[in-house]
Amino acid sequence: MADDKDVLRDVWFGRIPTCFTLNQDEVTEREAEPYYLLLPRVSYLTLVTDKVKKHFLKVMKAEDVEEMWFEYEGTPLKWHYPIGVLFDLHASNTVLPWSITVHFKNFPDRDLLHCPSNSVIEAHFMSSIKEADALKHKSQVVNDMQKKDHKQLWMGLQNDKFDQFWAMNRKLMEYPTEEGGFRYIPFRIYQAMSDRPFIQKLFRPISPEGNAHTLGNLLKEMYPTAIPNDGEPKRYQVVIHGIEPLLETPLQWLSEHLSHPDNFLHISSWITQETVGLNGGNSELTDSLMRGRSESCP
Amino acid sequence: MPVSLLWAVDVYGRVYSLSTAGQQWEHCHDAQMEFKRVTAAQQCCWGIACDNNIYLNVHASDLPVRYQEETYENQRWNPVDGFSERLLPSDRWQWSDVTGLQHQPLDSFRLPSDSWEWEADWYIDENFEGEPTEKGGWTYAIDFPATYTKDKKWNSCVRRRRWLRYRRYKAMDTWSKIPSQQTTLPDPFSDISCGGWEISEEPRGRLSLWAVSLQGKVWFREGIYHQNPEGSLWEEVSLPGEVVQISCGPGDLVWAALWEGQLIVREGIGRDCPKGTSWAVVDSPSPDVGAIHVAVGVNVVWAVTKDNKVWFRRGVNSHNPCGSGWISMVGEMIMVNVGLNDQVWGISCEDRAVYFRQGVTSSELSGKTWKVISVPRDGDRSHSSASANSLQSAGYYFSGEVRAQSVVSDVESDTEKGSTDGPACLVTSASPESFVDAPTDHTSDQPTDTPKARIPKVTSDSFISELVSDREPAKTIRDVGSAAPAVLEEETIPGEGEVKAPCTDSSLSPTQSGGLLDPQWSNVDLEEAQGQQAQTAADAESADTCSLSSVATYTLAMEDPYGADEHPLWAWVSGGGCSVDTHSQLNWFNCTMNTSSLVQSVQSMSLSVTPAQTAAWRRQIFEQLSERTKREMDNFRHYEQAIEQSVWVKKGTMQWWRDWKPHKWIDVHFALEQFSGPEGNKDGILFIYYNFYEEKKYLHAFINEVTILVPVLNDSKHTFAIYTPERTKQRWPIRLAAATELEMHDWLALLSVSCCDSRGIQGPPSKQAIWSITCKGDIFVSEPSPALEAMPYPTPCDQMFWRQVGGHLRTVECNSVGIVWGIGYDHTAWVYTGGYGGGFFQGLASSTDNIYTQTDVKSVYIYENQRWNPVTGYTNRGLPTDRYMWSDASGLHECTKTNTKPPSPQWTWVSDWAIDYSVSGGTDREGWQYAADFPASYHGYKTMKDFVRRRRWARKCKLNTTGPWQEIPPIPLSDVTILPCAAQSSVDVVPLWAISNKGDVLCRLGVTTLTPAGSSWLHVGTDQPFKSISIGAASQVWAIAKDSSAFYRGSVSPQSPAGDCWYHIPSPAKQKLKQVSVGRTSVYTVDENGNLWYRQGVTPSYPQGSSWEHISNNVRKVSVGPLDQVWIIADKVQGSHSLSCGTVCHRLGVQPMEPKGQSWDYGIGGGWDHITVRGNSMEPPRICLPSLTDPSAPAPRSPLLARSGEVNSNAVGC
Repeated sequence: MADDKDVLRDVWFGRIPTCFTLNQDEVTEREAEPYYLLLPRVSYLTLVTDKVKKHFLKVMKAEDVEEMWFEYEGTPLKWHYPIGVLFDLHASNTVLPWSITVHFKNFPDRDLLHCPSNSVIEAHFMSSIKEADALKHKSQVVNDMQKKDHKQLWMGLQNDKFDQFWAMNRKLMEYPTEEGGFRYIPFRIYQAMSDRPFIQKLFRPISPEGNAHTLGNLLKEMYPTAIPNDGEPKRYQVVIHGIEPLLETPLQWLSEHLSHPDNFLHISSWITQETVGLNGGNSELTDSLMRGRSESCP
Repeated sequence: MPVSLLWAVDVYGRVYSLSTAGQQWEHCHDAQMEFKRVTAAQQCCWGIACDNNIYLNVHASDLPVRYQEETYENQRWNPVDGFSERLLPSDRWQWSDVTGLQHQPLDSFRLPSDSWEWEADWYIDENFEGEPTEKGGWTYAIDFPATYTKDKKWNSCVRRRRWLRYRRYKAMDTWSKIPSQQTTLPDPFSDISCGGWEISEEPRGRLSLWAVSLQGKVWFREGIYHQNPEGSLWEEVSLPGEVVQISCGPGDLVWAALWEGQLIVREGIGRDCPKGTSWAVVDSPSPDVGAIHVAVGVNVVWAVTKDNKVWFRRGVNSHNPCGSGWISMVGEMIMVNVGLNDQVWGISCEDRAVYFRQGVTSSELSGKTWKVISVPRDGDRSHSSASANSLQSAGYYFSGEVRAQSVVSDVESDTEKGSTDGPACLVTSASPESFVDAPTDHTSDQPTDTPKARIPKVTSDSFISELVSDREPAKTIRDVGSAAPAVLEEETIPGEGEVKAPCTDSSLSPTQSGGLLDPQWSNVDLEEAQGQQAQTAADAESADTCSLSSVATYTLAMEDPYGADEHPLWAWVSGGGCSVDTHSQLNWFNCTMNTSSLVQSVQSMSLSVTPAQTAAWRRQIFEQLSERTKREMDNFRHYEQAIEQSVWVKKGTMQWWRDWKPHKWIDVHFALEQFSGPEGNKDGILFIYYNFYEEKKYLHAFINEVTILVPVLNDSKHTFAIYTPERTKQRWPIRLAAATELEMHDWLALLSVSCCDSRGIQGPPSKQAIWSITCKGDIFVSEPSPALEAMPYPTPCDQMFWRQVGGHLRTVECNSVGIVWGIGYDHTAWVYTGGYGGGFFQGLASSTDNIYTQTDVKSVYIYENQRWNPVTGYTNRGLPTDRYMWSDASGLHECTKTNTKPPSPQWTWVSDWAIDYSVSGGTDREGWQYAADFPASYHGYKTMKDFVRRRRWARKCKLNTTGPWQEIPPIPLSDVTILPCAAQSSVDVVPLWAISNKGDVLCRLGVTTLTPAGSSWLHVGTDQPFKSISIGAASQVWAIAKDSSAFYRGSVSPQSPAGDCWYHIPSPAKQKLKQVSVGRTSVYTVDENGNLWYRQGVTPSYPQGSSWEHISNNVRKVSVGPLDQVWIIADKVQGSHSLSCGTVCHRLGVQPMEPKGQSWDYGIGGGWDHITVRGNSMEPPRICLPSLTDPSAPAPRSPLLARSGEVNSNAVGC
């Protein structure tokens, strides 16, 4: 593998094998079989689960059905995060397939956004792209696009058409060579088990001195605890698309190649297992992490 | 962009150059002495040394500078002796020039200077007008002067022959004094400026060199061009005043600063008169302060006034060389210099650093800001001896600014008189005015005597202000020393060096041990070091002259340990050879920080730098992604996909050139439906929906049947054509026009990816690929199948699939190990990098590495036509039946200066309209060509019978694109050929020959599959310029000269890559050959009338062959491949819809026994300009023809041998 374009393909075609099971509290007419599916890492749960819904509706009475939502080990899964981010954040250490529980009742309004139709996902997706382009190009690229171009991006994602999507998305990834990168890198850093939704600030790909910023520079600035001090073992895992890039990876390159279709670089991080052990159970955060783990282990 | 150099002189007179690719100033070590000033062109650099002589440094190039001396030997016939050297008294000399007026015996030729050497002895030129002559090279005529023929006739009374001898300029890359033939030297030069290379392309390498003498006179150097780099003589130019400094731009701008502070502008400079005719005066920018310095470019003038303010002149161009007004600029400079592309450099008044004016573009000539060039100098820390040396001489040198006396004093440096004289003169020479700022800066505790003696020596630029501010001292000095220099110069300099060196060394030895090697020495430093100076003042005073400077140095060095790290102090900079523009990436500006890390990060930023490909972080990502795939997907492939694949349709609107008459553009809907085929391969259908008499109809094409997508040249619409085999036969593609360029490129990229997907083609072209180029300059490549050359049923040519590769070229040549070279319209040489895509293929259809920017420049021509009438002479009022008074070459289309657009929207104008003198047939001084009537044959002089005239105007336009091509500077080429070798080990050196755009034959060294660009050129001497070359198997090199004669190069082998001599091959009768291509054994040529010729009787023992055999007409170009396959670009090919010019054709029936083939198979076209099949060495599937010996039988050493018997038998059998 020599070409950066292969990275784009690998990112796009990343799949998570998933087992959907119906929540036991749901009233069914007969027992629901689990449903197995390969979920695209870069898509959204509610966009790719029509088949799941159809599968479980077969065993349910129409009057018992409300809006479908998903939960993993007690955590409601936010559909507006890319599937890959949800997996990395909540289930990266799980045994595959990823086991997701399907609910049709008791929608957790506090935790999740409603998603009555795909147009809501589209609106969310497009607003992310626009926000990213505002950071990258002062919105110039996205504003220059026509309505049909926007549609092409969305249809590309919806129908899993890599070529269709990238034929348009490459424009969003261009930048003037003399500037060496985007204006700002659109990124979001998620912390597992944290109450904060995510970290998102302005960060340039190039330092004022003209050096390329790396992933390490970004973390140091945004999330210093994630970087191990000299000699210390790694305390945090920093994961993008299920992989851990080296800290010296140039941020601009990451943004061009490892961004999600919404044009954001979604970075997930959590405390490594060993560190949890070292710290003992002195914090609520590690507690919950420990609990989660022990529950997941048979 | 090729690497070029910025030249500068520091305050010690050391010459440095900075490469556009470099990150440090390189000391020009071979400069034997210190220089005052330098002025650079791209091919050379001129300088005034401290001996006031002018030196020239011609940059070494693979193309030698050779001058052809010729003389004629004349003989007359008489009944007794036959032809003899006894001539009639009225005849010309027995040895004369071509006109017979000059007596020129062989021994009268002398080398013009020490910089030249003879290449060989005199020899006789045996070629005459493209034909080999009979023995002895004699040509015959009835009488002198008359028309000569190569055949002796009954009435041939006189004969003559030409003797040739070459001399070669050997002083490359060193400073050599230019000879001055004049007995009375102009007084010493104080300023020099070269330029003017854009005024005319003929003769090649022409330069204008202007010089200013100390007395304020201006001199122009006559006769500088490529073959005569030193020029021939100085000519004085009359002046309205006395000049202090002069500047000559690349074009026709020449400005000079007068002593009095005004500026003068040279007018009347042109192609016929590079020296100009008169001066116009322009006032100083500031009413109170006079100008002291001026610098001009093509369209800009910058000036510096005595208060160091910088000024920019508005509205300057070649029609208005004086401009319209001054604009004051930010920054204080001692001098500024304008280089290529009107880029500006300056030396700051404050820190004496070299600054670059950032942001100078053609639309913003004044630029944006001054940016300091902060790169270290080589040897800043290492060359102790060098710095010591130059230090001592610097002392001499700066005092020597004012020249004569100090020379005298230095010679007598050991005497008491000398020691007192030197400083004394210096004091005199320093004008009171210029003195003012220096001493007042010094604090009061300073001993007054010591610094006074030194200050004038400080910098060379202060010299200028001294001279300007008060020229009286200079004049006095003149008087004192006027007699001395002429005599003393030669001996003084070396003598001075010898005398001084030892004493400097001894005085410097303590500092060397302290590691203080290159102390900075200037008035600034003097200020800082005053305290110490006070202590050493006594020593300094008592020391002899030569140690005066060294002691000062010593003292300063001790107190200033950081000297070496500070900015060097510069005195002069010249950017005339430095090719920088807004796109250039320079590493000059901030490498004082963390050089290595910066470089690295810059590399990783740019999309396509190879080192980054191997970076650890990248490997990590690749590895982890494949691990992820294993972990998350490999065991779950049987799972259902969340999203079902479906048909994807892309729609748009376009215009279509409709199929029925009258043809015109109509609006259509356009749709591409893509789907996955049964085996998972992608396929698609193209639909064009149109209205036919209110009825909705559509046209469709299957993507897997599309053979090519071609962008079409159209000056207003963005058009492209889609071909299928059927449409190729009909010569009638689907022609479409998109609304915008962007839209067209999107569609082309999409369709192209779709076509490649459906045929399973991806990645870079194979080594066997066939390359071709359209008239528009677009590059296409086709993957040959083994069946392409199969016998008897090859793949039809019209079924070949072509895909586009980014870039813009006129010629492309390849061989079977994947080495591909191209030549642009501007003759730039390019090598293929192994990538694919570029141009409008972005993102997925393009490789991320190996894609580089590419530019090309070509000229658009229009004609100005005039008719003569008895009353007013020639006017632009023609007859009603005449052509347009402004037209294209045919006269059928009106083309005015204002309505003529670049050939397509991709091109932009980069110059103004200018008269083109280089038209075939010649022109008069105003560019006119005359004829009896339109259209007729034109000639370059007016006769009684001429009633019309025309002249050609040219305007350059430029295209910027990207593609898998890298430039091979610096020699522009017109043809190239690569040996079509069989695939072997990668280290083998591949022979590659080329012709420069001036007609030199070149042989590229070091070309391998790993280094396809090779390393350097080897020049192959010829007696005349060449235009076409081809190398075939067994190192057969054939070439065509500009006079259309053919040549075979003898004894070319891997051991002797350039061969030894040329064998002249007569052309086919009455035909002028223009192109040659050599395959395994076949040699084909094309002549100017479109005939294709095959060389009969080529055998290993007689590789020159015996005669030309006519094969075909209507041929524009031929390419013979390593299998002897013959492909051409043909004209006038019949299709069911139209005739087409520029069609790719394949010779059918070519077999070992029948290398001439039988008929043509027609492929893609028209509009094609070039093809090369020299990469396709794929043997076709074997056929069983028992009577033939197997042509592909192993012939390890020479394929020629294997085939030779057949050629012979063929010749006999036919």
